[in-house]
Amino acid sequence: MNAYLPESLQKIYAQRRLEATELSRRGFIKLAGVAGGGFVLALSLGPAVEKASAQTPSGASHSLNPYVQIRADGKVVLFAKNPEVGQGVKTSLPLIVAEELDADWSQVEVQQSAISMQLYGLQLAGGSLSIPMNFDVLRRAGATARAMLVAAAAKNWSVPAAELTTSNGVVRHAQSNRSAAYGELAAVAATLPVPDAASVTLKPKSAFKLLGKRITGVDNAKIVRGEPLFGIDQRVPNMVFATYTKAPAIGARVVSANLDEIKKMPGVKDAFAIGAQGNPMVFDLGGAPAALSGIAILANSTWPAMQAKKALKVQWDESGASNDSWSGAVAEAKALAGKAPQQVLGEGGNVAAKFAAGKTVDAFYTYHYVAHSDLEPQNCTAWFKGDTVEIWAPTQTPQAAVSAVAKLAGIAEDKVTLHQLRGGGGFGRRLANDSVCEAVLVSKQAGGIPVKVQWTREDDMAFDFYRAGGFMALKASTDSAGKLSAYQNHFITFSTDGKTPVVSGNIDKAEFPANVLADQRMVQSLIASKVPTGPWRAPGSNVIAFCIQGFLNECAVAANRDYVDFLVELMGDARPLAPDPFGGVFHTGRAVSVIKAVAARSGWGRTMPPGRGLGLAFHFSHQGHFAEVAEVSVDASKKVDVHKVWVVADIGPIVNLSSAENQCQGSVVDALSTAMGLKITFENGRVEQTNFHQYPIVRIDKAPEIDVHFLPTDYAPTGCGEPAFPPVAPAIANAIFAATGQRVRTLPFNAEGYSV
Amino acid sequence: MLTLTINGRTHTVSDDVDPQTPLLWVLRDTLGLVGTKYGCGVGQCSACTVQLNGAPIQSCQVPASSAVGQQITTIEGLAPAGAALTAVQQAWIEEDVAQCGYCQAGQIMRATALLAQTPQPTDADIDTAMAANLCRCGTYVRIRKAIHNAASKMAKTGGAA
Repeated sequence: MNAYLPESLQKIYAQRRLEATELSRRGFIKLAGVAGGGFVLALSLGPAVEKASAQTPSGASHSLNPYVQIRADGKVVLFAKNPEVGQGVKTSLPLIVAEELDADWSQVEVQQSAISMQLYGLQLAGGSLSIPMNFDVLRRAGATARAMLVAAAAKNWSVPAAELTTSNGVVRHAQSNRSAAYGELAAVAATLPVPDAASVTLKPKSAFKLLGKRITGVDNAKIVRGEPLFGIDQRVPNMVFATYTKAPAIGARVVSANLDEIKKMPGVKDAFAIGAQGNPMVFDLGGAPAALSGIAILANSTWPAMQAKKALKVQWDESGASNDSWSGAVAEAKALAGKAPQQVLGEGGNVAAKFAAGKTVDAFYTYHYVAHSDLEPQNCTAWFKGDTVEIWAPTQTPQAAVSAVAKLAGIAEDKVTLHQLRGGGGFGRRLANDSVCEAVLVSKQAGGIPVKVQWTREDDMAFDFYRAGGFMALKASTDSAGKLSAYQNHFITFSTDGKTPVVSGNIDKAEFPANVLADQRMVQSLIASKVPTGPWRAPGSNVIAFCIQGFLNECAVAANRDYVDFLVELMGDARPLAPDPFGGVFHTGRAVSVIKAVAARSGWGRTMPPGRGLGLAFHFSHQGHFAEVAEVSVDASKKVDVHKVWVVADIGPIVNLSSAENQCQGSVVDALSTAMGLKITFENGRVEQTNFHQYPIVRIDKAPEIDVHFLPTDYAPTGCGEPAFPPVAPAIANAIFAATGQRVRTLPFNAEGYSV
Repeated sequence: MLTLTINGRTHTVSDDVDPQTPLLWVLRDTLGLVGTKYGCGVGQCSACTVQLNGAPIQSCQVPASSAVGQQITTIEGLAPAGAALTAVQQAWIEEDVAQCGYCQAGQIMRATALLAQTPQPTDADIDTAMAANLCRCGTYVRIRKAIHNAASKMAKTGGAA
């Protein structure tokens, strides 16, 4: 539950939480400058505001990077601070501001903000954190701007501010029947002092007009018209198009290549080798520059660069490269499961005694590596200009990218300009900036020309920070009443340093059900590996839920218990458990609520025809409580039809209902896809899958009916990009068991002969 | 030198472009029509779908030379600047289909071709026609809904997709 983010991000998040606290304590909103007859409100960390203000030129567009800009023409420009990769934040974050601002949403223009830690704090698309980290700050931004517009009207009309109301971008004074649009008030508002944070009141939830409604995405019109939005769409005058070829054995280095031959190919302008930078085999969020050794080919367009890539002959030095073998790892894991664990993560009570006194269940679960496979292959456009660098990147971590580029180029971070572009999918892949580093290195070595480095699909599949595979040897007991009495998890994962798990390949000692049982034991063994791993949608949780919810279902079956009863009983009294490092609190009461609600909505317990079954799973991650039910049929050839999936979530109040539902629907399809047929395997350090024909992401004809329901609760709102994913695979696996009596213990299920 | 008819306009492609270059890359790199997307390069994902004489094709699999003399329609050609959005485009906005949006140009081009052939498609018709197009975000439920929405818009107006 709190193991899903790498330590580096945990640290960043902890720091941001501190700063956010400090920010609200100090009253962080300051009037930052006057521009074009309008006013601009910046929320900042303090000194940066004065600095940015001094640099602000006149005119509506400036380098201040605020959240709110109101122009004299009435246009409200709201700045979206975080990268958009399909999770909907370019709409949902400004929507929060607009709500408190009482803006007319149809008059709002949303722009992607510039990248600035000083002005915006952490800018990140990861961890389902955008909503929980920004909800309060953005409400205050909107409410403060509204208060200033009201104060301007009060001044103009010489009436008390308390007599004024706002709606749809207009301030009204009912007694005198006067009204003024925000645009008319902007110039005066800009001359007024920023109200004290304590004096600015936020709306009660009952007054929300935008939040909780279905609002369509702000970029939809551009998307349906095919306008340039994505990283791959970027063009810079005189830009050259490049490919970058790395070794099949991950981590091998260039010795020599047929560069003279390549340079003679049609359209090719240049070709050269680049040495490895930093530690490219280990995922990093902290801005350390890293790139694998490879060959850059520069051409007048993408196709000649790709053609030349095919003709490339490279001699690689494989010393230091990965020689990992998945089949070898499986054999090693099975051997380790029969031995004493290498490490104890945590333990309580007396597991052995409980096991001896109860009825025990043993099971061995396996999950493969998977790739992110963003539909937009990794790419970045870079222009190394000596003392400055300009980057156009569809990254999920723009600030880390700036930091890495500055180090690569040997310049200060403020000499790096990063243009944040929309990402054609993220899923955690674009948290890494390897493609950014490659583009800068290529631009630099090419003599400082603008270069777009475009990965092929094959590059994208072969060079990922994969979701780590792994294994769990599980054992549990039930007592004479059929209640879970003790639990042991021998977690077998991969390690590059021989001491700690690979990135996002870890489990927390308090992971459910260890956090609700007195007698539990969390132990671990490690398998040496060099395969790069990293966060992949709902890191950790995306495999843990499958193993744990499948295994607990096995325990319930062995004890002849209904799974809903068994889980609800396991949760015990309604209470919050110890918070995780991100402030996420597993609340057993919220867990029971979503479990009972999904059981009710899905008709849990109804009689099913032969070969058809219902399966339920619950998982808490990313501060969200999710319970899901799958209804499936399985035929004699083990072909699975997933007819319908019910999702019930408690993530607090919903910001944008359309987007939240979309994330849940997408998570169900993504998880179904991944559970049924997706795996990355490797032998001798080489990934065996090359393109989508070997990586069967499901198509529309396999998409089930999906019912999404959010419980209306008053907890703080939390994110929705990830937590709907983890319960899907175990819900399907448990449904397959209900339909057939056969237990699936491997992700993906096609490894056990199932198909979809 | 290649002459291509794209969205009703004639484009001349200079001699330094290999005529065997996939149409996808001529559209994107040579002509700057970047709405058509590269996803796999091997005819698996259909992010690169355009229409050739009204039929959906994977532009990564078609050499530009073989499109000479034919009517090529790209996403940019559905509603040129200033023109009203088509029923399919409107439906895509109303149903808020997109997540990342990267595959949607290809989805819209294929859906538009489907509705031209089958104005009132069933779910099964939609699944059969649209199974060629991958959506990594999993927006399939909304794609189905948007196609039905567009179909009913077209039925009301008697208009084209």
